[in-house]
Amino acid sequence: MRILPFLISGLVTTGLVVVLNTQLPVGASKTPRLGYFLSPQLGFWQNAESSNASFDGDLKFAALRGKVDVYVDDRLVPHIYAENDLDAYYVQGYLHAKFRLWQMEFQTHVAAGRLSEILGDERLPIDRMFRRLGMVYGAEQTMANMDKNPEMKATVDAYAEGVNAYINALKPEQIPFEYKLLDYKPEAWTPMKTYLFLMFMSYDLTARGSVTDLQMTNAKNYFGYDDFDKLYPNVQDSLDPIIPKGTDYERSSILPVKPKNADSAYFSNTANSSTAMLPMVPDVDNGSNNWAVSGTKTKSGRPILCNDPHLGLNLPSLWYEMQIHTPTHNTYGASFPGSPAVIIGFNDSIAWGVTNAGRDVIDYYDIRFKDSTMEEYKFNGVWTKADHRKEVIKIKNKPDLVENIAMTVFGPVMYDKAYSNISTEGKYLAIHWTAHKAGTGLQTFYKLDRAKNYDDYLSAIAKWQCPGQNFAFASKTGEIAIKQQGEFIPRWKRQGDFIMPGTDSSYMWQGIIPVDENPMIKNPIRGFVSSANQMSTDSTYPYYLGAANSFPLYRGIIINRKLSEMNNITPEDMQHLQMENYNVFAEMARPVLLKNIDEAGLNADEKKYLDILKSWNLKGDVNEKGATVFKCVWDSLENEVWGDEIKKSKLPFPKPDASTLLESLLRDGNFRFADNVNTADKTETIKDDLMTACKKAFANLKTLESKGSIEWAKVKDTKVSHLLKIPALSRLHLPIGGGEHMINATKEMHGPSWRIIVHLTDEIEAYCVYPGGQNGNPGSKYYDTFIDSWATGKYYRILFLKKEAAAKNDRIKWHMSFTNS
Amino acid sequence: MKIVSAIVLTGFLAFVLGVYSSLPWFSFAFTSLIVSVSIHQKPGKAFLSGFLGLFLLWGGMALMKDAANDHLLAAKVAQILPLGGSYIVLILVTAIVGGLVSGLAALTGSYLRQTK
Repeated sequence: MRILPFLISGLVTTGLVVVLNTQLPVGASKTPRLGYFLSPQLGFWQNAESSNASFDGDLKFAALRGKVDVYVDDRLVPHIYAENDLDAYYVQGYLHAKFRLWQMEFQTHVAAGRLSEILGDERLPIDRMFRRLGMVYGAEQTMANMDKNPEMKATVDAYAEGVNAYINALKPEQIPFEYKLLDYKPEAWTPMKTYLFLMFMSYDLTARGSVTDLQMTNAKNYFGYDDFDKLYPNVQDSLDPIIPKGTDYERSSILPVKPKNADSAYFSNTANSSTAMLPMVPDVDNGSNNWAVSGTKTKSGRPILCNDPHLGLNLPSLWYEMQIHTPTHNTYGASFPGSPAVIIGFNDSIAWGVTNAGRDVIDYYDIRFKDSTMEEYKFNGVWTKADHRKEVIKIKNKPDLVENIAMTVFGPVMYDKAYSNISTEGKYLAIHWTAHKAGTGLQTFYKLDRAKNYDDYLSAIAKWQCPGQNFAFASKTGEIAIKQQGEFIPRWKRQGDFIMPGTDSSYMWQGIIPVDENPMIKNPIRGFVSSANQMSTDSTYPYYLGAANSFPLYRGIIINRKLSEMNNITPEDMQHLQMENYNVFAEMARPVLLKNIDEAGLNADEKKYLDILKSWNLKGDVNEKGATVFKCVWDSLENEVWGDEIKKSKLPFPKPDASTLLESLLRDGNFRFADNVNTADKTETIKDDLMTACKKAFANLKTLESKGSIEWAKVKDTKVSHLLKIPALSRLHLPIGGGEHMINATKEMHGPSWRIIVHLTDEIEAYCVYPGGQNGNPGSKYYDTFIDSWATGKYYRILFLKKEAAAKNDRIKWHMSFTNS
Repeated sequence: MKIVSAIVLTGFLAFVLGVYSSLPWFSFAFTSLIVSVSIHQKPGKAFLSGFLGLFLLWGGMALMKDAANDHLLAAKVAQILPLGGSYIVLILVTAIVGGLVSGLAALTGSYLRQTK
């Protein structure tokens, strides 16, 4: 034996193994353990799914009560045929896990504030925010409530068992790609995770208020209430509400009372201030379109229902398409990996679709604690004891961080001395949110999946609390309807738009609006119902809907205009309507711009862009240059008008809505806020602002043009990002038009996340597409299958089959059989 | 030919260990060392046998996985790592990583047996 060479060589070998077995830091991120990751028998190569992979299977699970057959079609959509409901949910859980396990767990880790556990302390700000928002607390409340309902408990439990049946049978080399990349392992699924996921949807669709309330407070303090009320109004001149104008409303059964001291303690500009900002904010356009047309307007004489929820565009997709057939129901649509049931879709008798209601269901209260221990707070003149909730955040390679959250009569104290910045002045802000109340979880969708008629639909949505939604409905029997449902608060005007005093009960919510008084309409004479996140009613509705800047205005106008004009409608017409890129905002704004632009002040180069704007067809199509010019000029104008105020204010506040500026200009050419507050010697008019704006915009356009990317789709640059934002796992630079204010509301990373069209003929004729694919594995050819079709406006005809037909259909490619022995 | 038997045995044993996926990825280092102790060769040849055993095994398996997958995943991983998006480079890197660890283990084994 040669000792020295042996030792050296042994050490080098060991050293190399250690290095290859360690996650090495590269910039801000870390490599996988390379030896493990590259190992063909253990690492990522195992996730390279064969392009002719078979999805047949013969699976045995003792927990099943009967036999379940799953037929998988050529788009990898499973059609589940079960002998009972619980087996169907068990298999739904199994399939979600088989195709989307990493995503399901990751999304619930986000909601639970657990990202630091797998990604390290760079994710700590987001984890802390979610913990302090009371995400886990809210999920616990809903779960406790739903556990009292035997049917729902059994459903969520069976689903969890199915997920775990998959996880437990998973060999180490079969875990999804992302676990290998980030070097961790899947953990057991629990019913709580389903509730955490639903809590995340509540956050995504209603928690913008947790930011806007603070910013609106700042804006009110900066402008003073009177100007504030003009700039952030709660009426919109051009509004075409969900419930047609002129509808009569009953008198409200609750008359909310404004507290006596509100003028000084709430509306005055010294009342409250805060600059607290969240590290992550739900998108302002988390909205959607839905509409249903009655048989009077369709070629077939049968209703057609359409829906496209606008959400963040991610891979793997938020949605997973499937059919569930049991003795109690036969339902098809989009499901959430992480939750049982179908969320948006149709069954043998009815179809439904949802959009976000956008109503304010989240408020802040300013709490006065005796001292920084947060043991006691003043409430109705009495020192009241606060509860405390400990949230332990585990951090990869670091000690745990414990969040101590005081719980008050209003809710969790989100901001305190330990979670603030200098300018919150050490305020204690408690959050009051309908998502913290014991909710009904999935019950509404469970019942919609089984609804046979209009009454079933109404009863299914009656208990829906948060997030408030506009539920559109159509039935084979020819009825159409839409109802805004959720737990809504009867507010006095502007209640909760700003931080409220939290020292007594006078600012608390004064009840819940009775379900029967929520806006709704059935079989209207005009032959259609629709919603696009606009205000649900005109101002004759007896309840305060909230500040108008929560409600996008223009998509609703164009949808209603188009639907009014259309007759003899076919599903194909509806496909074109969902892809419509006409910009009705630009239609209204362009004349105002052209009227105020002083052409004499422009040089030949600049006039060229003005000509593009003049001759633009008002569409945000892929190759339109006019759409780019319009957007640049308008954004630039907004900067000129509001930039000075926002800069002067020490505290952040949102710029007023585009509709506010436009409607102000339409009403009054002498717009006071056009003046630049930083130039004392001069009073700028809107014409001055516009000239400056044009010069800046045209200079930008010239740069864009020289790079060969002035066409709208190139400027917008839509992408569908992997949840970890890794470009190689994302689809970038998609050739798709649309955008803000357009029916096809596709922005850079946000847009129609699922498009569905259901024609309620005897044999239902339905079409759908979503920007993703059924398999969440980046190594599968089914990972992003639908994205190109989605971008170009192609749809897939849905296979909605009875079991016997499924076994024989030539688009069915695979069969999985689930039995208990 | 000692070298051929050493290469084949190294690769074969590494493959068998890999089937037991609860074992760590580097378990083959021990079998490569044992092979090099049992089939004794000079250090250079021992390294080469160890290296080639795993180079061929890992490279071959990666090649097969990649071909069946139409290079889909490898092209993505080769952007993440980053290797310019080339699946061929990724397969080579895979093969070399396995080969190096195995070769060095075999070298160590050779020195263990070798007398001056």
